[in-house]
Amino acid sequence: QGKFTLLCNTKTNGSFLVHHFLSFYLKAGCKVCFVALLQSFSHYNIIAQKLGVSLTAAKERGQLVFLEGLKSCFGVLFGEEQPGGQTSPFQWISKDGSNLKTMYEFVRTSLMPSASDSWKCPVLLVDELSVLLSLGVRPVDVLDFVHYCRVAVCSQLKGNVVVLVHSSDDSEDEENELVVKSLCHQSNLILWAEGLATGFCKDVHGQLKIIQKGSPKLRAERNLLRIYQYKIQDKNVTFFARGMSAAVL
Amino acid sequence: MAALATGGATSSDGATSFQRKVPANSRLATIAGTRPSVRHGQLLLSSGLPSLDCVLGGGLAVGTLLLIGEDKYNIYSSLLFKYFLAEGIVCGHNLFVASAKEDPADILKELPAPILDDVHKKQLDEEESAVISKQDSRESMKIAWRYQNLPKMEVSPAVSARFGHYYDLSKTLSPELLQSRKWHRFFLPEELSLQSEIKTCNMTCGYTRLLQSIQRIICQEGFDGSYPQNKAIMERVTNLSDTVVGLESFIGSERETNPLYKDYHGLIHVHQIPQLNSLICDVSGTKDLAFRLKRKLFSIEWVQDNYLRQERNIYPPGFSYLLKQKDSAWGEGSLQHSTFLMSFLAKATAFASRLVRHSEPLKQTGSGRIHQTAELRMWCDGHGQEAPGLLVIST
Repeated sequence: QGKFTLLCNTKTNGSFLVHHFLSFYLKAGCKVCFVALLQSFSHYNIIAQKLGVSLTAAKERGQLVFLEGLKSCFGVLFGEEQPGGQTSPFQWISKDGSNLKTMYEFVRTSLMPSASDSWKCPVLLVDELSVLLSLGVRPVDVLDFVHYCRVAVCSQLKGNVVVLVHSSDDSEDEENELVVKSLCHQSNLILWAEGLATGFCKDVHGQLKIIQKGSPKLRAERNLLRIYQYKIQDKNVTFFARGMSAAVL
Repeated sequence: MAALATGGATSSDGATSFQRKVPANSRLATIAGTRPSVRHGQLLLSSGLPSLDCVLGGGLAVGTLLLIGEDKYNIYSSLLFKYFLAEGIVCGHNLFVASAKEDPADILKELPAPILDDVHKKQLDEEESAVISKQDSRESMKIAWRYQNLPKMEVSPAVSARFGHYYDLSKTLSPELLQSRKWHRFFLPEELSLQSEIKTCNMTCGYTRLLQSIQRIICQEGFDGSYPQNKAIMERVTNLSDTVVGLESFIGSERETNPLYKDYHGLIHVHQIPQLNSLICDVSGTKDLAFRLKRKLFSIEWVQDNYLRQERNIYPPGFSYLLKQKDSAWGEGSLQHSTFLMSFLAKATAFASRLVRHSEPLKQTGSGRIHQTAELRMWCDGHGQEAPGLLVIST
């Protein structure tokens, strides 16, 4: 409850974590607001079906609020009128100012529990915060957006926030690194998917570092660090201890 | 999806015979030059080079973005573009050519002519087999015995006349063929000279509108001539693109004299392949790919090489000339914003043209097809000096 989870991927594709969390929270009966900036709805739907959840059904039930970035920002850019006179969550694209307030409002209204809802805690899922930087948003505004969402979702609504970012060890992209480092400090749980340091391998797709922050009240408790390697399959991801891949044993 | 198996009448000896019943109007294969992918159910487009299609897992998915990193003197990457555009013309697609340096009309005049005769194809096949047998003899040498048992990478896929063509570089595409296809142009120096602010306009094609708006943004934010930090831009655009391929030519590098590479003209690095509709990213097992250019054939082959792995850095050396730019802080509202916006929107518009969905009802393809059978291929040679080495293809 009230946790902020950061998903990070370096040199590899960590989106399997996003798919996992999406199907996990939907199966658990939580209300999910998914801000998808990278891929289309059908992509997520097909993979979610393989994992046992139907996104279209969840949307119809009202359990899932899906913001499809690729489609929605189009209308704003060409100055089309929004249906119903509402402001689109992507209003900030057409202006020079990079205030993500409209997006935050969208998230807040979609996760606000209504009288007829019987879902458990609300969850906000963002696929690739790094894309926002590419759209001209300043890193400060991105961090503000995350902060507001945390306040609204984690503290007030007692929900969870899961955010995916892209990072790299020797990256020259300072703005991105700034955002990632700041989020690292704010998060309760970090799942860091990396490619193998030794290069490409067919049987081991990468390495997952799980860092669980100790509670700030008990200073004696340190951060818990676990490292697993994984292999992605069609419907599943198998984890194993380092060096213990089935191909090697 | 395209074929239903129905139990047919039994034959005389009692075994059932299945008959494949293909629906009368099979919607998937109606666009020329495309074929459905078995991996993820999207429609695939040929990139113009059958060997590159092989490396990319069958072809480019419709609705994705291909980013090509230029090689040092921009020789082979511009060749790749000409192949891509020629493929579009031969298959009857509409083209969209955007260029910052060269006039699009000039580019289109230099496209290679396709080889469509059967006679030529037979010659090609003979050449191919000669190449393969040479490779065989090299493999049987005992330097690297492990490689003998590994499956050879497919050099020449089964080429139907409909998907993937070979091109003869010595001949150019006939002008009549060019005239018969619609193409749109966007030439950066031309567009910038327009003073008037263009408001909402009735455009027939949505993509032209896109470019208008980008141009508006560029004008608003001002053209400042400072060179951005290119590595950071390359990273961002790489992350935004679906497929990323880097070319590294041997011209002028010390590898030219390396005896291992004497048959090849350069290396191809496939940095990223999109993961569509599935958790698995289909990365091919062979990472050491070299290409060789002949008049009628651009082939990509696997180089069995230990030295290559030792030398390889994370950033291919082909990008190194980009890094010698003047460092400068990122200005507010500078051109970088519009570069990223263009990439993101190129992807968004490409997404809008994705036709085949795995589970969407067929009735959607009925009316949506009217606008989209136009099958636009976009080629943007982006923003010359500001982000050199950045070439974008979107389908």
